[in-house]
Amino acid sequence: MTAPTIWIITPAFAAILLFPIHNQRALSIIGGTFTVLLALLAQFVPIEEAFEIGAASFKIDSSLGVLGRFLQIQPAEGSMLVIIYAASALWFFGAEASRTATRIVPFGLLITALLVASIAVEPFLFAALFIELAILLAIPLLTSIYKTPGRGVVRFLVYQTLAMPFILFSGWLLAGVEASPGDIALATQSASMLGFGFAFLLAIFPFYNWIPMLMEEASPFVVGFLLWILPTITIIFGAGFLDRYSWLRSSPQLATTLQYTGLLMIVSGGLWAATQRHLGRIMAYSAIAETGFSILALSLDSRLGVPILFLLIPARALGLAVWSLSLTVIKDHAETLHFSVTRGLLRNFPFASAGIVLASLSASAFPLLAGFPARLALWENLSRVSLTASFWLGIGIIGLLTSSLRTMAVLSMADEYSGWELREDWLQGIMLGLGMIGLLVLGLFPQFIQYFLSDLPAMFEHLGH
Amino acid sequence: MSTLAWVAVILIAITSIGLLLAHDWRWLIIFLSAQYFGMLILTLQHWPVGMASVKVVAGWMSAAILGMTRSGLAREDKTEKQSILPRGRLFRLFAAGIVLLIVATATPRIDAVMADAGFAVTTGSLLLAGMGLLHLGVTDHILRVTIGLMTVLSGFEILYATVEGSILVAALLAVINLGLALVGSYLLIASNAEEGEPA
Repeated sequence: MTAPTIWIITPAFAAILLFPIHNQRALSIIGGTFTVLLALLAQFVPIEEAFEIGAASFKIDSSLGVLGRFLQIQPAEGSMLVIIYAASALWFFGAEASRTATRIVPFGLLITALLVASIAVEPFLFAALFIELAILLAIPLLTSIYKTPGRGVVRFLVYQTLAMPFILFSGWLLAGVEASPGDIALATQSASMLGFGFAFLLAIFPFYNWIPMLMEEASPFVVGFLLWILPTITIIFGAGFLDRYSWLRSSPQLATTLQYTGLLMIVSGGLWAATQRHLGRIMAYSAIAETGFSILALSLDSRLGVPILFLLIPARALGLAVWSLSLTVIKDHAETLHFSVTRGLLRNFPFASAGIVLASLSASAFPLLAGFPARLALWENLSRVSLTASFWLGIGIIGLLTSSLRTMAVLSMADEYSGWELREDWLQGIMLGLGMIGLLVLGLFPQFIQYFLSDLPAMFEHLGH
Repeated sequence: MSTLAWVAVILIAITSIGLLLAHDWRWLIIFLSAQYFGMLILTLQHWPVGMASVKVVAGWMSAAILGMTRSGLAREDKTEKQSILPRGRLFRLFAAGIVLLIVATATPRIDAVMADAGFAVTTGSLLLAGMGLLHLGVTDHILRVTIGLMTVLSGFEILYATVEGSILVAALLAVINLGLALVGSYLLIASNAEEGEPA
């Protein structure tokens, strides 16, 4: 038995077997339980170490040969698998409450398996091919065959597909730079290629206009899943480039570029979020700012930045899961998510409204919520590098906070004499309630998640040490 | 071999400009299929026949998927008429001319970076990538966007074949091409569907 068979091939086959099932509850339970099992296996079953069950002795090999190349899951990547599959379980268990289980569970599991393959493939730059396959699978997840696709879906497909050639070529050029480090022109070309590739893939300004469009066109829950898993895996893939190429890692220009890019995304995301009048678009801009936080973390000294980068991941997963589920619950009953339609909905959808506000506040670095510890650490370390940069980070956070307060005001602004009428069902209430408790627990006890995160920097040979 | 490569470049220039100018979807599919044949000839400069033929087979299968889907739709695609933003053929021909000029200017420099790719291979590759990007820039119609993306990827694949001969990469790129055609077909059907999911 090999690790890629357990964490890539098995979930991919399971996903294919789930396609014929149309029962929302069955899919949600099977998908959620299966991914929790995969997460538990990743946590407790050692890779490349013999272990005994009764009289039998087992050893899980780390690599699997495929067409002359390898899928390789190192023992140090076990914690990453725990986070990926546990976060996927959040979406799959919430799928029934959002009534999207028939699409998100099979497609989501297949996408997750492909993205795990992108982390595992050797040579690592072939990851771009697996990411592209996941993007193609995301299209039927985002849009129904019975509904005219919007421009957001088409732009998503175009921008994400254009990333692949840039990244594959940059990988080849980077190898050339390693062979002749004095060639400044080649280094500039390869860095530009890499920059374009990741600008498309991570939806960096100005290539992020598809995100707010998608939030208006597609199910927020489905978009939320993609806004979590795609940037997270891409950031890890990007960190892999920094880890492999020493000249890239030690380049002061790269740190500055990452810092400016991260700040641009946080400030533009924050300010745009503050001016929106659509709850879905606010989440979209907040997710853009969230990617900015991750890029900004990569710009810091890797011993500080990489742990912060990993600390951002669980908060992002839980925040987006709660936020997107809340928006889906409201969207099922309201015509649109525009402020004029959602005004005063707190009295009809108290759990969903509270979920939106809490998740939005968490993304805005509000104290005692899940997003706060990572953002505080990021802000503190950034201020040691540049006060100007930390000032702009503050501007972005103020923008995000303003959008949260506006959302709270709109949702609670009911007519004076309108009564309370609970329109969420018990399952939606329970899922959202648990999610909100999770946001508070991660904010109050961030050390709880450190148990899973502390080993993650070992994924990299040079970064974070 | 070099003469054949230049013939392929001319074929690619004709098909890529044809894709930009054609209105009838049948011509789009014919040009796309011919373009993949040009791609095969250029890939053969660096890859053995067995591996290079993967690209043309995947490309032709993709073209067939798109053609069959489009042929099953109503005679007039709902979104086709208003999709090409600047509609005049003369404008698109002028834009294609600018792309040709840029390709002619950039080829020597890029060929120098690509070591022994060959002038014809680099020219054909850049031509496809440039025309594909131009196509993506002037339309938002699903069939044309899919063909534009496939054209860009064809250009990239030709050049990438000169530096990477992995079977895994060839297989994954073929799967991506087929996947792109399937996704394009899916969106094409969706864009012509009557609103509302069946019970």
